[in-house]
Amino acid sequence: MSADGASLADFFASPTVQGALVVGSVVAVVTGIIGIFTVMRRQSFAGHALADLGAVGGSGAFLVGLSQLWGFVGAGILAALLMEAIGIRRLQGRDIATGVVFGFGMGLTALFLFWDTTIDNTSNAAVSVLFGSLFVLDPNLIPTVIVLGIVALVLLGTVYRWLLIESVDHDLAVARGVPVRVAGIVFLIALALAVELSSLTIGAILSTALLIGPASTALQITRRFGLAVALSATLGTAVTWAGCFISYESHYWAGPRGNWPVSFCIVALTFLLYLGTRIAVALRHTIRPSTGLPAAPPGLESTAGGGS
Amino acid sequence: MFAPFMTNAWIAGTIVAVIAGVIGFFVVIRGNAFLAHAVPHGAFAGAAGATLLGLNPLIGLGLFAMAGALTISVLERHARNDAITALALVTMLGLGALFVSRSTQYSAEIFALLFGQILGVSVAELVPMAILGWLCLLAIGVVYRPLLLASTLPDTAAARGINPRTMTVVFGFLLAAATTTSVPIVGALLMFALLVGPPAGASSMTRRPIIAIPLSVLFTLITMWSSIALAYTINLPIGFFVTAIGAGFYLIGRLAAWLRRRARSAPIGVRSSA
Repeated sequence: MSADGASLADFFASPTVQGALVVGSVVAVVTGIIGIFTVMRRQSFAGHALADLGAVGGSGAFLVGLSQLWGFVGAGILAALLMEAIGIRRLQGRDIATGVVFGFGMGLTALFLFWDTTIDNTSNAAVSVLFGSLFVLDPNLIPTVIVLGIVALVLLGTVYRWLLIESVDHDLAVARGVPVRVAGIVFLIALALAVELSSLTIGAILSTALLIGPASTALQITRRFGLAVALSATLGTAVTWAGCFISYESHYWAGPRGNWPVSFCIVALTFLLYLGTRIAVALRHTIRPSTGLPAAPPGLESTAGGGS
Repeated sequence: MFAPFMTNAWIAGTIVAVIAGVIGFFVVIRGNAFLAHAVPHGAFAGAAGATLLGLNPLIGLGLFAMAGALTISVLERHARNDAITALALVTMLGLGALFVSRSTQYSAEIFALLFGQILGVSVAELVPMAILGWLCLLAIGVVYRPLLLASTLPDTAAARGINPRTMTVVFGFLLAAATTTSVPIVGALLMFALLVGPPAGASSMTRRPIIAIPLSVLFTLITMWSSIALAYTINLPIGFFVTAIGAGFYLIGRLAAWLRRRARSAPIGVRSSA
């Protein structure tokens, strides 16, 4: 991050940036796809909570000398199961149940980090777990991240039809014998996996941003499911690349404290993208009032337009 | 434990607990734990920014809490509100990352803002906190009835001429004010835990707000006081005790609700499975 001017040319050519781009893209694609379901099922809070809760495992793993990765993944899956167990199903109390698990998990993080700092004197642990950075990756993690990402997508693939039916109509899904509960649990585990691996590599903030931002932008642009998934993954990757580039470029104007954090650049771009889309969609609605049907293809005119 | 240097900690803890108990009740009946998480955590970025500019962190906290609450309640109109909350939260945290990277002394400051430093409260910090806390409770007193109605029965409220959206904005501001009062002293984590756990326990024990609010305040007070005592004697971070005891109250509340349901349905011999 704080490379000085002289070595910047090597910095860009070095594996650091390439590694950041590879991991960023993998994470953006995986969380972008899972994000579509997260936004549709209104589980953004769970997604964010799981990203932060991985830090419990991460900071606990610091203590016992385990690999941070397994701490993150284990804590994420445990937390997902716990949320499910205390009632994430009822929409009414779901946020509260998530909140209680989340709050308690963060208390544990505070405890572990306290021990980390007093025993190991690594006071930056709190900051690194929360903020992370795409530019300080452990290259050995890259294959694991890719494998776990694929596992998350495969898990999602096994239940996505059930999830889709449920998202259309919950009662209908139950009536047709869709195992709604199992589908929910499997989805939550896939979500935990995706979010943990991204919060481990790029920090909890960025992980939530890439989970929710591109997906909710895509869902505004199109209502077609397949297109939304593709768009979400594409937007996520594009934002990640652009953010890395801006953070790198910022070295030339950001002053003596070094580059702008890459997490900030990507998050800010994500938010601007979402806002821009909101405004564009709103403008389109005012220009073309929602009563009129969009210019229908010739064949459909006879069936669609009855009024005028 | 009651030494003079601890007095401020007890006073600060009590103020925070009362505010959190009252506001937390509304957080729970509105089912909006995410907002209660997002506003304090996002606001910490404001404090980081104010420290960077050499201003009083309270100003930055207040500005960011208000801005965050306003952004969320305005943008959530036509969209899925949890996605908006998540986006606003990460944007504020992203700004926090930027501010932290610009400043020289970061780790300890951040740690305090996130996890609290209740044992180091000065009188100069107590005064603005007490004033803001009073204003907060007064404001709740003024909007109590419309807010309650809009939170529980939005349609009835709308029929009676209360705009639920206005109440959402009002509630956002209340939460922002409570955040500004509490975060510099107890930290974002603690504030969130107090806003959710004990009030959720209280409101699953009774459905009547006139009992649930005092009960919620009582629970937060017990949580806070026993956490200060435990943190003092055992010398572990206070955040851990508050979150653990808060979660404990939630479990007790759920257990009580379950037992009551069972007792009610037992004579007929039908156990409710919902």
